[in-house]
Amino acid sequence: MKKRTMETSLAAQSPKLVRSVERRLFLRQGLSLGALAMLSGCNLTDEESVQKLLTSMSRWNDGFQGLIFSKTRLAPEFPESAITKPFPFNAFYTEDEVTYVDGKTYKLELAGMIRDKKPWTLPELYSLPQTSQITRHICVEGWSAIGKWGGVRFSDFLARIGADTTAKYIGFDCADDYSTSIDMATALHPQTLLTFRFADQILPAKYGFPMKLRIPTKLGFKNPKHIVAMTVTNEYPGGYWEDQGYNWFSGS
Amino acid sequence: MEQTQSQWVSIHPLIVRITHWINALAILVMVTSGWRIYNASPLFPFRIPSEITLGGWLAGALQWHFAAMWLLVINGIVYVIYGIVSGHFRRKLFPITPAAVLRDVRDALRGKLAHQDLSMYNAAQRAAYLAILLCLVVLVVTGLVIWKPVQFYPIGQFIGDYEGARILHFFAMALMVLIVLVHIVMVILVPRTFPTMLTGRTRRAT
Repeated sequence: MKKRTMETSLAAQSPKLVRSVERRLFLRQGLSLGALAMLSGCNLTDEESVQKLLTSMSRWNDGFQGLIFSKTRLAPEFPESAITKPFPFNAFYTEDEVTYVDGKTYKLELAGMIRDKKPWTLPELYSLPQTSQITRHICVEGWSAIGKWGGVRFSDFLARIGADTTAKYIGFDCADDYSTSIDMATALHPQTLLTFRFADQILPAKYGFPMKLRIPTKLGFKNPKHIVAMTVTNEYPGGYWEDQGYNWFSGS
Repeated sequence: MEQTQSQWVSIHPLIVRITHWINALAILVMVTSGWRIYNASPLFPFRIPSEITLGGWLAGALQWHFAAMWLLVINGIVYVIYGIVSGHFRRKLFPITPAAVLRDVRDALRGKLAHQDLSMYNAAQRAAYLAILLCLVVLVVTGLVIWKPVQFYPIGQFIGDYEGARILHFFAMALMVLIVLVHIVMVILVPRTFPTMLTGRTRRAT
């Protein structure tokens, strides 16, 4: 029961946040500084420089996390009995606003430093060799839940499409207007899966039909759902939450 | 009034004063931003009033938390190395016995605990300062496991992994905040300790 309330906290706030970006920015900066000024008893007048410092510390932490990221260390896997039921829904919108993608017309678009940019249909993706994992999803909010996902090892897919794995980033665009991006080392990690199944069923809409990138070495918001396009690039693609101040690397 | 001879003596080395105040700032930022992070998904059926939290929203609080952690850790490493190498810990925090701590705490509660010589810590102080140090070590270790449960799994496996580390992190914070509050109350009760932590000097009768 606790998970339900926790999971809705972000979702419930978010539509409001989305609707008034200005207000949020004002609140974010205003409150941070108000709190700091109050707590430290000094009057910080230059709030822009404080935000700049925090942003550059976040970039520094991206670099540090990349440095300590192990390409071989695996996230713990769990038995079926450990799976969290029901698995929490979480997005920047509420569950009744879930995007429905038409599987018949769906195509995964490829862009950037990829040899074969031919779009992929769902039957083509389903025909690739599949594997599954039971891993823990950790939300940036703090809660965690264990689920079972099935799909293609992302490194295999990248090899198949001829992605340039010397590139720095892979960016994802989603049918629900979400976006995120990851580093190449994480993309090539053996547990990073392009998944089409959840709990041995076709991925339901609320968990990201038709496709979710499952990365057990990253926080939940780095696991995009409803992916419609991916770009291999050396230019920092950012992302929906990352552009608002959440740490980009956000590795586990 | 008797004419008493007194002179200024230095009791807190500069490095102890600097690391003390940097530590105070780092802890203030870590705790208040941590409360905001806690509120995003409370472990227990209560929230921290947002007026006393830092960051404004979750992303802001995380930025503060993961920026100030460097200040806390680097400053802590400098302090601990100094404390060990210089003999500061050995001289100031030891010896300490449970009986002496109990006696001093009892005296303090009765308002009878003397703290005339500021250069000497009584047993209650020694216990408190050691406990804060221990809390900070636990906070850093559990914090690493919460931040990077996969990369730090070799540590996490001994403390209940991610979820165990969250709970330990919370209780270590709560204990540390409690001790810090007692510390602040004690400074208010013995106010001359405050300027001494700024200047390092105190007046001592000769």
